[in-house]
Amino acid sequence: MHKWARIATFCKTCISGPLHIHLNMMSTIVFSAWLLLSSLLAGFLGALTGLGGGVVIVPVLTLLFHVDIHYAIGASLVSVIATSSGAAASYVREGFSSVRIGMFLEVATTLGALFGAYLTTMVSAPTIGVIFGIVLLYSAWASFRTKHDTHTDKPDAMALRLKLKGSFPAPAGEESYVAQRVPAGFGLMYVAGTLSGLLGIGSGAVKVLAMDQAMRLPFKVSTTTSNFMIGVTAAASAGIYLSRGYIAPGLAMPVMLGVLAGSMLGAKVLVKAKVPLLRTIFALVIVALGFEMIYNSLAGKL
Amino acid sequence: MMTWDDQKMEEIVSNMLRIGVLTAASLVFVGGVMYLFQHPGPVPNYRHFHGEPGILRDPVSIFWGAIHGHARELIQLGLLVLILTPIARVFLCLVGFFSQRDRLYVAVSGLVLAVLLYSLVFGH
Repeated sequence: MHKWARIATFCKTCISGPLHIHLNMMSTIVFSAWLLLSSLLAGFLGALTGLGGGVVIVPVLTLLFHVDIHYAIGASLVSVIATSSGAAASYVREGFSSVRIGMFLEVATTLGALFGAYLTTMVSAPTIGVIFGIVLLYSAWASFRTKHDTHTDKPDAMALRLKLKGSFPAPAGEESYVAQRVPAGFGLMYVAGTLSGLLGIGSGAVKVLAMDQAMRLPFKVSTTTSNFMIGVTAAASAGIYLSRGYIAPGLAMPVMLGVLAGSMLGAKVLVKAKVPLLRTIFALVIVALGFEMIYNSLAGKL
Repeated sequence: MMTWDDQKMEEIVSNMLRIGVLTAASLVFVGGVMYLFQHPGPVPNYRHFHGEPGILRDPVSIFWGAIHGHARELIQLGLLVLILTPIARVFLCLVGFFSQRDRLYVAVSGLVLAVLLYSLVFGH
């Protein structure tokens, strides 16, 4: 254990050492280039592994670049809108995401996002850091969950009245589905929205949980609809962030362009490659960042 | 009035999202290149939060600054277009539901749109 701790410290010094020394006198172009590269990598790995690049942006900015968490959240949120909208453009065409289910649940996520953005002014930076760490750990854990489609054809009266049903192209022809347990899904979506507004992330992991576990929607439908909803959810708090001055153009510029380009690249490569090992590694990186966020927050270093 | 079936609606939405993201990214890129030339260094202090100045927060002043070729306002304008893209998507869906005479979902998307516009206009 002792040896591993030393190795971890060594690795951290190698990565953040040069940054740390020069951060104050670095030229804007070098600083932006570092940000662009990190964001490109985050977006690429996020898309390739399906874990999303947005979730690591805030820890990278705060822990590695020593950016204040409010600026980090602002830059992260705009890059989340970019990747979600970019990816959604191709998902909708495949006919997986249900427009009605997404729209209905966006009532919950946008209201939650308003509440979350309001919370950022009430809650201290270390508290945000701890919540962020817990969400990171959950996201990593959720990515290892087995993806079984629990198919129930029992019609749910409320879901039918709200037209929360659809069909999607499966290998064996069109497969239809009806949502279950609508109030539970709606409630979880409010939580997802709040986390998105508070932490500047897409909170795709919680959105998928709401649709796949609570509402028993097919997994593929849940993930694509979730991606579709992330942009609208984030837009609800981004307006508030902008008017509060959380969005710094010099910081958001390289981050947004990097994450967007990286995730588009990742989506292209994804078609050709199956990546269980990379997924595990990236999940472990998220776990490490989660623990570090919690540790730094508790130690008052955030 | 022409009705949009779900497939037609998805196609229009998909194209709109693509155009929105592309426009936003181009504006941010152009503004970013100008920014790097105009602000060679040192790096602004992001370590302590002090909030961006008022001209970079208000949509109207961002728009005028961008028109006059100011780099940071141009980046903010791109980000503003990005924020408006999902909002425009909700609006398009509302129009689609309206043309399908789906009253329930006209109301649902109207509600989402109201929340989004509220946050954009009264978000302070």
